Amino acid sequence: MKTDLWDAVVVGAGPAGLMSALTTAQGGLGVLLLDAQPGPGGQIWRGAAAGQKGAAGELLRAVATHPAITVLGGAEVIAAEAGGRTHTLTVTSAAGLRQIHASRIILATGATERFLPFDGWTLPGVVGAGGLQAMSKGGLDVRGRRVVVAGSGPLLLAVAAGLRHKGARVLAVAEQAGLPAVAAFGVAAARLPGKSREALALAAGLLGVPYWAGCAVVRASGQHGLQSVTLRRGRREVTLDCDYLAVGFGLVPDTRVAALLGCPLDGAGAVHVNAWQATGVSGVYAAGEVCGIGGVDGALLEGFVAGCAAGGQIERLHDAPRRAGLQRRFQATLERSFALRPAQLPTPSPRTIVCRCEDVRHGELRGFTDWTAAKLQTRCGMGACQGRVCGPATETLYGWHFGGVRAPLLPLPLAQLLDEPTTLSPP
Amino acid sequence: MPELTLEGMRVTARPGTTVLAALQNAGLSPLRFSLGGESRGALCGMGSCAECRAVVDGLTVRTCLTPVRDGQDVRRLLEVSRED
Repeated sequence: MKTDLWDAVVVGAGPAGLMSALTTAQGGLGVLLLDAQPGPGGQIWRGAAAGQKGAAGELLRAVATHPAITVLGGAEVIAAEAGGRTHTLTVTSAAGLRQIHASRIILATGATERFLPFDGWTLPGVVGAGGLQAMSKGGLDVRGRRVVVAGSGPLLLAVAAGLRHKGARVLAVAEQAGLPAVAAFGVAAARLPGKSREALALAAGLLGVPYWAGCAVVRASGQHGLQSVTLRRGRREVTLDCDYLAVGFGLVPDTRVAALLGCPLDGAGAVHVNAWQATGVSGVYAAGEVCGIGGVDGALLEGFVAGCAAGGQIERLHDAPRRAGLQRRFQATLERSFALRPAQLPTPSPRTIVCRCEDVRHGELRGFTDWTAAKLQTRCGMGACQGRVCGPATETLYGWHFGGVRAPLLPLPLAQLLDEPTTLSPP
Repeated sequence: MPELTLEGMRVTARPGTTVLAALQNAGLSPLRFSLGGESRGALCGMGSCAECRAVVDGLTVRTCLTPVRDGQDVRRLLEVSRED
């Protein structure tokens, strides 16, 4: 297995990872920046071009042209071990496995969507809300497609506007949170610099699209693919014929690599960090959504702080703590406003599949008291996704603690484990 | 423009797009059958759910993370239900 030594490794090339890689490199360190996607940008800046106008283009270009930063796309961490002074990551890519040692690691692993099961959610055409946005950015043609966007969180609005811009017909946005909560979030967002302009642009992109607060997803119907979705507004059920149901119930910090390194989490399941974005493990920092869901501005700020701290440039921080305070208050409002309300969430029937990889149904799972027992008895969480979809779902459905994180984080081809990796091109 | 083969059918795709998008735009649904024989399609679009896996040039990959390349041969997992 090829091994190499870096001053710092940044895991995840979204806004937080890009910013922390750049800031760390400006401190004179050599930085390796990894991402599972073929190119940098993360989900929010996916497909953005280095050099295009705006914050994304500028940061992408600064990272691409910095001589001390190496970007490795299509690379995922499958194992991680914290050492006293040097930490070790095992990384898989098309070129095989490589072992990477570094004294500083910055985790910018972002978040994934929370999916909740309901009848019909496994039909082709039922996709994540951020999922459909990602597919569209990846080249899926949505022109003329009828889309219902549902679930919870401000992401739904951004997704609806983005899909509409790409030519989709968005029939409705169905939010589980109630109108007063959503309005409170809007007021808080308007107080943040830059956010009110962003909100206006969003609103303009959504003119004429019904936004239904306090609305629940009941079921998706179809034979071999999605044909319609049934929603509940108040006591009335509404059925809409559509091509896609884009549905997600907020974001879940992706703490898998952090867990392998032994970083303590906070009560909300995010990586716990101090004012310098340092985790509980010496030399390991975290920034962005992995520390709590707060959006791109907070992610950039945290990435900057983490980079300053990892690169020993405390003098550059100036008013960062004050700005971070503003972001944290915004984050708290976001969390409160879009808290999941059990009465407004989809209700699985005993036949509803919860674990999609192993086809394990709600009726088989609901009698168990914890994740481990259910996993041992039913194979829930033991398939290709390793609990990344059903783990967060069972937390919401049954109140279990999903503790299934272990190496390797991904199913690996045996050949990668057995072969002496030989022809790794330089990163 | 990259030209690839989807289930024996020649299609072109825009550079920088994913194999998943090529499959979806060609109308190939379902992408796979589940253990119990149900039709499945892509879910997360960002590499975590593994619902979009298919065989590209003989290797099972998550197609949402796989960029299109000229000459790729893509087959859906319609025969194999359990992952390799």
